[in-house]
Amino acid sequence: MSLLRLQGVDKVFGGLHAVRAMSLEVEPQAIFGLIGPNGAGKTTIFNVITGVYAPDAGTISFDGSEIDGLRPAQIAARGVARTFQNIRLFRAMSVEENVLVAGHHQHKSSLFDAVLRNQRYAAGERALRARARELLELFGLQELAKDLAGSLPYGSQRRLEIARALMLSPKLLLLDEPAAGMNSREARALNEQIRFLRDNLGLTVVLVEHNMEVVMNVCDTIHVVDHGETIAEGSPVEIKAHPKVIAAYLGQESA
Amino acid sequence: MSQLLQQIINGLSLGSIYALIALGYTMVYGILKLINFAHGEVFMVGAYAGYYAAGTLGINALEASGQAFPIHLALLVLLVAMAVSATLGVTIEFLAYRPVRNAPRLTPLITAIGVSLFLQNAGMLLFSPNPRRYPAILREVRFEFGGVIVTNVKLAIFLVALALMAGLHLLVHKTWTGRAMRALSFNIDAAKLMGIDTNRTIRATFAIGSALAAAGGILFGLDQIMINPLMGVLTGLKAFVAAVLGGIGSIPGAVVGGLLIGLAEQLTAGYLSPDYRDAITFVILILILLVKPEGILGVVRPEKV
Amino acid sequence: MLWLKRCGFSVVVAAAIYGVGFGLEQLLTDYFLRIILLAGINVILAVGLNLINGTTGQFSIGHAGFMAVGAYATAFIGVALAPLFGDTALGRSLTFNLALVAGALLAGLTGLLVGLPSLRLRGDYLAVVTLGFGEIIRISFNNAQFLGAATGYFGNSPAGLPVYTNFFWVYAWAALIVLIVRNLTFSQTGRSLIAIREDEIAAEAMATPTTRLKVTAFAISAATAGIAGGLFAHMQAGIRPEDFRFEKSIDMIVMIIVGGLGSITGAVLGGIFVAVSLELMRDLQQYRLVLYALLLIAIMLLRPQGLLGNRELTALWSRRRPRPTGESA
Repeated sequence: MSLLRLQGVDKVFGGLHAVRAMSLEVEPQAIFGLIGPNGAGKTTIFNVITGVYAPDAGTISFDGSEIDGLRPAQIAARGVARTFQNIRLFRAMSVEENVLVAGHHQHKSSLFDAVLRNQRYAAGERALRARARELLELFGLQELAKDLAGSLPYGSQRRLEIARALMLSPKLLLLDEPAAGMNSREARALNEQIRFLRDNLGLTVVLVEHNMEVVMNVCDTIHVVDHGETIAEGSPVEIKAHPKVIAAYLGQESA
Repeated sequence: MSQLLQQIINGLSLGSIYALIALGYTMVYGILKLINFAHGEVFMVGAYAGYYAAGTLGINALEASGQAFPIHLALLVLLVAMAVSATLGVTIEFLAYRPVRNAPRLTPLITAIGVSLFLQNAGMLLFSPNPRRYPAILREVRFEFGGVIVTNVKLAIFLVALALMAGLHLLVHKTWTGRAMRALSFNIDAAKLMGIDTNRTIRATFAIGSALAAAGGILFGLDQIMINPLMGVLTGLKAFVAAVLGGIGSIPGAVVGGLLIGLAEQLTAGYLSPDYRDAITFVILILILLVKPEGILGVVRPEKV
Repeated sequence: MLWLKRCGFSVVVAAAIYGVGFGLEQLLTDYFLRIILLAGINVILAVGLNLINGTTGQFSIGHAGFMAVGAYATAFIGVALAPLFGDTALGRSLTFNLALVAGALLAGLTGLLVGLPSLRLRGDYLAVVTLGFGEIIRISFNNAQFLGAATGYFGNSPAGLPVYTNFFWVYAWAALIVLIVRNLTFSQTGRSLIAIREDEIAAEAMATPTTRLKVTAFAISAATAGIAGGLFAHMQAGIRPEDFRFEKSIDMIVMIIVGGLGSITGAVLGGIFVAVSLELMRDLQQYRLVLYALLLIAIMLLRPQGLLGNRELTALWSRRRPRPTGESA
């Protein structure tokens, strides 16, 4: 059974039909690529999946239950984590604190415990911090734990965003242009990381990406959209040679 | 029936004044996304400017001798007041808002509150907190139609408001300045890149909005007779609610909102209780922000994530 | 064991506050004492408002309304409870504190009712709607005949409301509230509130229950304003709706802006500053607001982060606060 399924999803903004009858299925532990020219609606699809926008039509189901219409926090709590196209870190908070925030819904203690500063609170804090530390180590950000997130170099900020997302213990990870601004070497390292996330952490990954070095080498399935509609889906080999995909990226030869 | 008609006429004339003030709020918010809290005080200063201008032109002597104030002098008073307020508006923009134009949204908000407070209290120091009786720039003449009383003041309010709004419409749609204002309200950065002088356009917006508020101030003085330095607080707030009701950023919205608030206030005072005339505006504010925050004629602009 | 230690500590602190209060009451005139009491009440107001405006970044400018609810509720319930507990020191203390708690709960409930619908709005709109609610609350009290309407509420005795408020109660409550807010702010909840301030959309994406947290913070800040109101009410013979005008909300905003939006220490300092400057400017009463207004403008133009920004005094010497690495993105 697929982990994530969209069926006939529509999203309209005033006059703009951003997403049209979008249907796709992501198998558990797949690495699924979502590509298309700029403005094709890819980030909008992410936003609809994560509940930032409610779909105007169609259904979205995750892990067996319907999630369309739920609020973003509820969807995230169910195991859907994401990063953003234009990095959205909590810039005035430290690196460690950024990751800790994502631990909120797993925090075993309540507001009262926090005010009373009792054992349960202390234990909860310890557990959270330990987990955060693990994640930071995984991404090589341990040294920078106390530094302001906004002061990190670009690449580190991107890694921090992923670390933060993983704090949610998600089943599905949506990466929005994780390779933006990366050179070849960095892109290959990213591929390693994505494979690691799937192979070692059991995550299912969906990525929106323009960098073909990443997309073609790491994705199992690629879904191509243009103008809000699906134009092709298949393996990297199939997609590379698909005439519609080529036309969408390079434009039609003039008649 | 005639009582209802009376209330409606009173409400619409009050509403016209609110509309004139609301236009200033809506134009500034449309471009700068800033609630110009000080706009109510600009309205107040306009009223006082008219008061002193009329005084300087000898209205007190004329009133004492029973003569009417000449119409050309009345228009001069109006122009003077509009000029004074326009200058004040532009000065406020330059000194207090421009330096914080790119700061996080909270900073200009607090600055605006500060400017508003400053002007209120400076007004109390300069003009004395005691209410003053507005001079009869228009000597009151009453017309009666089947139980409904309409004064020439009410007619003047309608005429002046109408004229000014028509003028504004022409300006916004037929002149370069107006076109620039509309461009800025859509996308200020793009407008800059297209070579529009944003500072000049913003100045013009403040000047025009303030001038309209001044006209509202004089009309208010004529209609309500008593003015005081704090008159801008409540009236300004009501006009702001009117702008929000009509759709903040929308010029026709400000007019519609103003008239509706004026009507609501007058009908509440007449049929419910005068104690609640102020409260009804706040209730409308809360309702509109909860039900349709973009206002009657406003457009929803979804946030890009 | 932990709780035994804490109880002991609390007793010591309470005794210290009592001692200081006793001493000051002997040494100072009523005039100075009043300023000190007002300073303490302001600290409560500022620290509470800072929780929602500063830490959570949801700017409310109508908090005088919640202060009013607390004031009237405490006064009214206090008058009802007084005969039950008698006129002994213990009885009066019980009456007062139970009434305060009741007032706080009612103020908090009002905050909940205001916050639930309002906190969907952002920035300017939220500010204006809270202003509207603050005014509606004041107008309601102005029209409430059973609470004295515009003339004010003076209880049911010719002498007016009993003067329960003294140094001990003000500063004991202030200490308690500062502790509660501090514990809240430096916890997972506090981190989530700051995250909401920094980027609400990202916070939601990280499973933070933003609406619940915003409304909770709002209700807590309303409740603390209620305590301040209750303490204020019992400093004099009566309270009037006039005492809770928009001006009062502005005073609160000045407190947190001067100290630094987001800093608890800043709020404490700001609260004290406003109380002291209010009295210093008593002769210049008519100039007070002009000067406050100029102060607000000057701070916004020259140093918008106020005295401490969003840092605490403890951070200045513990180097706990993260420092930039030097290279930026």
